[in-house]
Amino acid sequence: MHAFDYAAPKTLDEAVSLLTQQNGQARVLSGGTDLLAQLKEGKGAPALVVDIKHIPNLMAYACDARQGLTLGAGVPCHSINGDSSIRQLYPALLDSSSLIGGTQIQGRATIGGNLCNSSPAADSTPNLIVHEAVAHVTGPAGDRTIPVAEFCTGPGSNVLKSGELLVSVHLPAPAAGFGAAYLRFIPRNEMDIAVVGAGVSVVLSGNRIQKGIVSLGAVAPVPLLVEEAGAALAGQDISDALFARIGQIAEEAARPISDMRGTIPQRKHLAGVLTRRALQKAIDRARAA
Amino acid sequence: MSNKIVVNSTINGEPQVFLCEARQTALEVIRETLGLTGSKEGCGNGNCGACNIILDGVLVNSCLVLAPELEGRAVLTIEGVADTCAEADLHPIQQKYLEHAALQCGICTPGFIVSTKALLDENPNPTEGDVRLWLAGNLCRCTGYDKIVRAVLDSADAMSA
Repeated sequence: MHAFDYAAPKTLDEAVSLLTQQNGQARVLSGGTDLLAQLKEGKGAPALVVDIKHIPNLMAYACDARQGLTLGAGVPCHSINGDSSIRQLYPALLDSSSLIGGTQIQGRATIGGNLCNSSPAADSTPNLIVHEAVAHVTGPAGDRTIPVAEFCTGPGSNVLKSGELLVSVHLPAPAAGFGAAYLRFIPRNEMDIAVVGAGVSVVLSGNRIQKGIVSLGAVAPVPLLVEEAGAALAGQDISDALFARIGQIAEEAARPISDMRGTIPQRKHLAGVLTRRALQKAIDRARAA
Repeated sequence: MSNKIVVNSTINGEPQVFLCEARQTALEVIRETLGLTGSKEGCGNGNCGACNIILDGVLVNSCLVLAPELEGRAVLTIEGVADTCAEADLHPIQQKYLEHAALQCGICTPGFIVSTKALLDENPNPTEGDVRLWLAGNLCRCTGYDKIVRAVLDSADAMSA
């Protein structure tokens, strides 16, 4: 790696001040599983790397049935996977946190870093979107809150401005009858990047879906919120026809590229299949909750 | 020119102070500054697990940790694994890898043993599925993995006996 300086601020104010002074020449280090791999490949040449893991707020999380889940930007997947309250209230979140990389990647990788890296194939972002998560950001102009669905603006780019950093993501408390799931397709069992990922959440009342959200990964320049699918799920009774319709909407909403991981027709087909399966799993979880 | 940073950490139970540059990885410092060459660099980008260490009880790729991040933290490398078990020269995991011939060229083996220790610390009685999933981030080109999986399962039995 090229030479850079390292700072480990202990407060958010100090971190913002360091990032602002560097005027775009600094990178935030959370788990480092994307950042260090990129720097080794010569992608980016920051003058300063700001390690956020000594800022207590960013390493903390709070999970509560009434307040929801606030997840500091530096909390590794390993901590999420081992937490019984998150497992109980947000089992779908573990669909992502337990499949990103392998065990040793999960020891460092963070959901906040996954969001800020802004890969179209990020495994946790569609999941955050179907949980209606918001991103809490701070910077030289103060704090702001951005829905995760509006956070990414292109491959590797997002709404963060120079000097800003992600503090936490907040998932609202699950409503009665809530269930969610995230599924991805890869050609092996683990340790790979999504060919397609699909997240679905529902709020059930008996056999009726009061509200549904569908989000797709790796089929567009950013993780997609499929608004037409949400509209088609709202107020509908569960039926085979509904599954077929939602799968078709997902397939049509997907606008992927062909690359070494998959072709356009394969990815569109997978978007439909995975959305139907994730819908079933979300319904099953809603019924079990 | 970047400045040298003084880092205080605990390596295999012993307090250590070393100098590093910010751009150095934990793996570089462990191998080249501290002379602990058991941890290997395979891919250098988190795919192969040959550099795995246990950092404050958590399994990580040392090639994806910056050396200054080790400040105040406890590192266990392959060199320290045997000392975590007082009774014998080798840790039971190492002994079982030998008995099952769960290695050929040996480059991946330190990473596998460190990963196995982290697994059995967290889950003393894993199923075969648990073992294969946990070790998915460790690559071996020689063994075909089966002997490794058997060695891990046998280690679990030996250690819980």
